[in-house]
Amino acid sequence: MQPIHLAWIDYTVLLTYVAFVIGIGWTLARYMKSSADFLTSARSIPTWVTGLAFISANLGALELVGMAASGAKYGIATSHFYWVGAIPAMVFLAVFMMPFYYGSKARSVPEYLQMRFDERVMTLNAIAFAVMTLFASGISMNALAKLLNLLLGWDYNFALIICSGVVLVYVLKGGLTSAIYTEVLQFFMIVLGFAPVVYLGLKDAGGWHAITQSLQTVAADPSALQLKPPGEVYQPNAWTGAWKPLLGGADSNPMGVDWFAMVFGLGFVLSFGYWCTNFLVVQRAMAAKNMTAARNTPIVAAIPKMFFPILVILPGMIAIALAVTPGKNYRLPPPPIDSDRFAAAAQILANAPGKDMDATYAQVSAAIGMKMDRAKVEAIVKSETVSSLASVISQDEEAKSAVQSSKAAFHQARRGGKASSSEIAEAKNKASDAEKALAAADKKFEDTSGDLNSQLRDAVLVNDYDGVIFSLVKRYCPPGLLGLALTGLLASFMSGMAGNVTAFNTVWTYNLYQSARRRFVDVPRPAALDYKGGKGENVVLTPHEPADVHFLWMGKFITVVGILLSIACAYFAKQYNNAMDIIQLVFGFVNAPLFATFLLGMFWKRTTATGAFYGLFGGIAGSAVFHALTIAEGNTPGLKGGYIHVVQEFPSEMAQNFWLASFAFTACFVLTFVISIMTKRTKSDEQLKGLVYSLTPKIVDRDVPVWQRPAVVGIALLIICVILNIIFW
Amino acid sequence: MGLDIRWPIGLMFSLIGVLLVIEGARLGPSAKALNINIDLIWGVVLVIFGGLMLFGAIRGNKKP
Repeated sequence: MQPIHLAWIDYTVLLTYVAFVIGIGWTLARYMKSSADFLTSARSIPTWVTGLAFISANLGALELVGMAASGAKYGIATSHFYWVGAIPAMVFLAVFMMPFYYGSKARSVPEYLQMRFDERVMTLNAIAFAVMTLFASGISMNALAKLLNLLLGWDYNFALIICSGVVLVYVLKGGLTSAIYTEVLQFFMIVLGFAPVVYLGLKDAGGWHAITQSLQTVAADPSALQLKPPGEVYQPNAWTGAWKPLLGGADSNPMGVDWFAMVFGLGFVLSFGYWCTNFLVVQRAMAAKNMTAARNTPIVAAIPKMFFPILVILPGMIAIALAVTPGKNYRLPPPPIDSDRFAAAAQILANAPGKDMDATYAQVSAAIGMKMDRAKVEAIVKSETVSSLASVISQDEEAKSAVQSSKAAFHQARRGGKASSSEIAEAKNKASDAEKALAAADKKFEDTSGDLNSQLRDAVLVNDYDGVIFSLVKRYCPPGLLGLALTGLLASFMSGMAGNVTAFNTVWTYNLYQSARRRFVDVPRPAALDYKGGKGENVVLTPHEPADVHFLWMGKFITVVGILLSIACAYFAKQYNNAMDIIQLVFGFVNAPLFATFLLGMFWKRTTATGAFYGLFGGIAGSAVFHALTIAEGNTPGLKGGYIHVVQEFPSEMAQNFWLASFAFTACFVLTFVISIMTKRTKSDEQLKGLVYSLTPKIVDRDVPVWQRPAVVGIALLIICVILNIIFW
Repeated sequence: MGLDIRWPIGLMFSLIGVLLVIEGARLGPSAKALNINIDLIWGVVLVIFGGLMLFGAIRGNKKP
């Protein structure tokens, strides 16, 4: 893909968005008077805003790029990430868990753990979360910088720093409220930016029915798109059915997953682990203005979430359909070619005319490092681009040396002191003429190598699924709409970073920094009346700690640090490809066991702090061990797992992830249960009131209209979910 | 918290909508977009959306 040329209007749309998000931050700055204002929005935000922010915080790089990629790879089964993998968990969070998160007045998810258990459990969760959230932030920004580099030709480092800078400004000024507001803005940007692209794609592909036909063709011959070795097939409905391909077993669908792993691994463990315990999203619900608003936040969020597959998954399926439909002139995008590899290949091709074709093909493939289409490589060698390549390269080099020698002559003439002024002027003219010639030769070289790069990429037989959504945007959007769609993409990445940084700064300031201060630094003094702590604080009454303005300062300081660390994580993430699978893996390590801890903590008063701590620790350690002993088919032991010994092989990485999550959850659950029974309770029933289900008065929604009752709307949403699953069975 | 978010949403989308309408009127239907004047049509949609948001913001919240 040549870099897209943006028109003035596209840049204007982009700059408008940037101006508005910075403006929002600036406007809110005057309201940031306390650490609570800055870090938690002091419980002031209306339901529709927190609801959209809740879903939007989740809608980062992952969703748009990754879901389109997964839609291309797996078809409608990707919707499981939504209909099985999100909606039930969101309803559960709203109805059963928000009363504890909000009612306990905890300022964060780790803080709930502190109140329910003790500092050890809180600290374990806080540290794990902090690390995870910075990585998620880095992955977002890496994807963004790569996108800007690939699509617009911007320098990767420049793009990364500038976009991080914009996020830094509006989060530093307006805190969590700023992040929430811009998340809502971004939500609309994405929906309004991508709806036209999806519409055009559908129209181009001939409608839903035509798409399903094309996808069945692919399932019958996946080797046409390099999806499987020739001869192997998938079930006919591999892309168009959500459940049937799973029921056929792990080998008959592209995901390589069976129904149990999907329902338990994704639907229960990973899904509930994410939506119910990840502070990134829960923080938005905790910022709601009252208990009803807080409980309704995930419900409000679930409504658009349910229909997002149309916006994010469908493009992937459209891409596959277009790629196999003759006459559409569309292929799945190839990965970009590394500049060193390109230079090497160009050198080979420059010397290729007249040489043996087989040898040339082998050399070029080796240089590029990916499988290539032989016929296309042959065509490239015979093309005009290559025949002129050698002369263009040598002309460029001649021009360079001409410039050097004429400049040297000019300097000599000037300094020598013996030349006349006319001779000096002549030497100067020669030098500037040589420079003009060099500029022209450089341009010719750039154009030729640009052409060559496109041709080489077209000959590559590997598919870059992450490039699917961009390829569709490039295909359909005229100037104007292009700016809107690209800004929507940009917005989603940036708000991914903002959301993660605002969650990070709260957990650091309150749960790591303030807690550590209270325990180790600030001298405790007896009985005072001015300390308003949370329930069940283990720290001795009334630490002599600095005024809140210190923590406001710390919140802002750590925001800057968080952004810098995110940038570091971005460079780290640059090394790995499909972000989706990696994220699922990391979430599995940390989240799967975590949900077991919350489940037992919230619903069983007998769970002890010691049980929770060692259970959680055991769950995380168990994940690591599981990963070290298993591998996915086709992967070599190492980073992808199996580095101790391969005890079990799975059909795909996704299957490995889902089973890892199931294992970690079970390990944590069992460990926590057993250890809790073996240890004494440290908190009385009275202390646990408002933190455990059996010890908290049930909320009865009598004064609230029926359509605002979380339980009622929640059930309605689940019913719709079931219907959707049946339709796409 | 001090700023009704419907103001920036309404203003921004109205502004972008107007830009798209102008571009759409200037360029006419695009071959890329299957010969539909998508800029013009979508620009109008955005202006309407922005307008609705602004209307909500101007009216303000009735409940305390």
